Amino acid sequence: MADDTTNQGIPQPEGEADLIETDYEIGQDNVEGSLGPFGFDIHNPVFMISGLTIVAFVFYALALPEQSAALFGWLRPAVTANFDWFFLGAGDIFVLFCLFLIVSPWGRVRLGGNEATPDYTYVGWFAMLFAAGMGIGLMFYGVSEPMSHFSTSLGGPVLEDGMRTDWAPLGGAAGDEMASVRLGMAATIYHWGLHPWAIYAIVALALALFTYNKGLPLTIRSAFYPIFGERIWGWTGHVIDTLAVFATLFGLATSLGFGATQANAGLNELFGIPVGSGTEVVLITAITAVALISVLRGLDGGVKVLSEINMGLAFLLLVFVLLVGPTVAILTGFADSLLAYVEFLPALSNPLEREDVNFSQGWTAFYWAWWISWSPFVGMFIARVSRGRTVREFIICVLLIPSLVCVLWMSVFGGTAIHQVIADGFTGAQEAPLELKLFKMLGELPLASITSFIGIILVVVFFVTSSDSGSLVIDTITAGGKVDAPVPQRVFWCVFEGAVAIVLLLGGGLAALQAMVISTGLPFTLVLLLMCWAILRGLMSEAR
Amino acid sequence: MFRKIMAPVDLAHAARLSRALQVTADLADRYRAEVCFVAVTAPAPGPLARNPEEFAARLEEFAQAEAARHGYRASSHSMVSHDPAVDLDDTLLRARKETGADLVVMASHVPGIADFLLPSHGGRMASHAGVSVMVVREE
Repeated sequence: MADDTTNQGIPQPEGEADLIETDYEIGQDNVEGSLGPFGFDIHNPVFMISGLTIVAFVFYALALPEQSAALFGWLRPAVTANFDWFFLGAGDIFVLFCLFLIVSPWGRVRLGGNEATPDYTYVGWFAMLFAAGMGIGLMFYGVSEPMSHFSTSLGGPVLEDGMRTDWAPLGGAAGDEMASVRLGMAATIYHWGLHPWAIYAIVALALALFTYNKGLPLTIRSAFYPIFGERIWGWTGHVIDTLAVFATLFGLATSLGFGATQANAGLNELFGIPVGSGTEVVLITAITAVALISVLRGLDGGVKVLSEINMGLAFLLLVFVLLVGPTVAILTGFADSLLAYVEFLPALSNPLEREDVNFSQGWTAFYWAWWISWSPFVGMFIARVSRGRTVREFIICVLLIPSLVCVLWMSVFGGTAIHQVIADGFTGAQEAPLELKLFKMLGELPLASITSFIGIILVVVFFVTSSDSGSLVIDTITAGGKVDAPVPQRVFWCVFEGAVAIVLLLGGGLAALQAMVISTGLPFTLVLLLMCWAILRGLMSEAR
Repeated sequence: MFRKIMAPVDLAHAARLSRALQVTADLADRYRAEVCFVAVTAPAPGPLARNPEEFAARLEEFAQAEAARHGYRASSHSMVSHDPAVDLDDTLLRARKETGADLVVMASHVPGIADFLLPSHGGRMASHAGVSVMVVREE
């Protein structure tokens, strides 16, 4: 063993960790070679199956646009209507499981062995958690979601043949403005608070545990070792990893689609650039090109730097809206929203016999499927940057703090827009389409053109970080857990994500993307439930 | 003329480094220099080792085997990088500083069109290391 003086490049000795003994050698199923001047090192068969299926899917959507649009149009409501209870119930289980781990004795287990030290500072770590986890979504829904729930709640329930046709959460609050604000904020926080972050935390924890403590490859299948044993190296594992690639790719393409429509709406509002699929295709192409540069700069030089820049910008925008907007109303609203969240949480998270079918299926179940389809991507990325944290620290930081930040974000952006309706009678943001609400709200505040421009920049940079970290993750999964596979592979996935987003936007608009998110989210929910069990088994054998 | 030779190696493909290793041995013999083997790993498990400590041990094993075979003094210095596929050059430059080597001998591939996109490691090392760098082309 090298002595301390010759070995400064290595972190301190890591103490005991319970390595899993397996004969599988990382990369043993990989195919290495070169295609022209570019080298590759890919897992066989995960790379080929996932790549070819996605190509086939894209061709189908392009070649038979009407047929595929009909299929997608049917798929989304069919899945959410039949499986809403499953999504909602699973979401609740994930939150409870995370909260349990915080207080359990296993909270002391350290990822990477009991003497490991964290690789990143809190600031860099949080910036990456956030940029990967929600980014574009916060920009897209920050104003539009509180506003939508507020408006539908105010409208109250509408019954037709005994069925609710309105979109209000729970029973709504017909005609009562204050109650509608509370219900609207509670419903929004429910979708952006504990539940999504619990989903991410579970995947991230499973991957970090089985990679850093158990010595298995950094890929989704590793988390299932306690359940399937050596079989995870065979078809069981291939299926799990392939599902993860689908979920990530379609989840990512959906967000890229949202990002493109919103950036387009913003550019139209500011500079009169026409809205349409032409502009969106140009936008996706240009932003993917920027993402490529970030990919070539690597994890520390690309994603991390951009995430920190974006956190700074987002924070500035938040403080700006807080200060020039209705400050007092926002701050009291923040506390009130939190209380409302606690008050309505049991009813909102009840998976069975819901009367507000449109809300619980169209919003909640869709969100849960979306978060779940994002979870392999965000989870793996979080795992990759979280070595050296304890389980307790990890869950508190991945679950509670981002939830609070989301509450604050929604209170500031949504609260300001709702305040504009109630106090000023300005209904511009209320009536605008989803992707435009943010800019309508900013338009009522001073320096509107500057803040709107910052808003567009934020969407674009979040787009870049998502696309970059997404390529990193898909590349690692399709390289059998190797994190040092040749960079051209990452370039390939980055370009491919942009292409899928473009094709699906052209083929069926966002409906197509959302339908795919839901259908890949469903099987992956089952995968996540199994993962909880695997985490418990894995933690039991660790030194605490 | 040279006291410490840094020899960056890709442990996974050590067999492809035969020419560079031979040149390293010849130079170490000529100048009575110590050879310091450097290799880079990610914190995540890889084909060679399941954590950075295991990786460091593997590298040290490799270094001592080379030392015994050629009869020079050898040490090892393993580096951890979050993203070795991209950060390799910078990590090797840092290793050069940390080891205080005054000569670098490393293998390089035959240059091709892809080098415009992703420049070769040896080339970047030669322009930025601040010490003599010998880039050995493997066949």
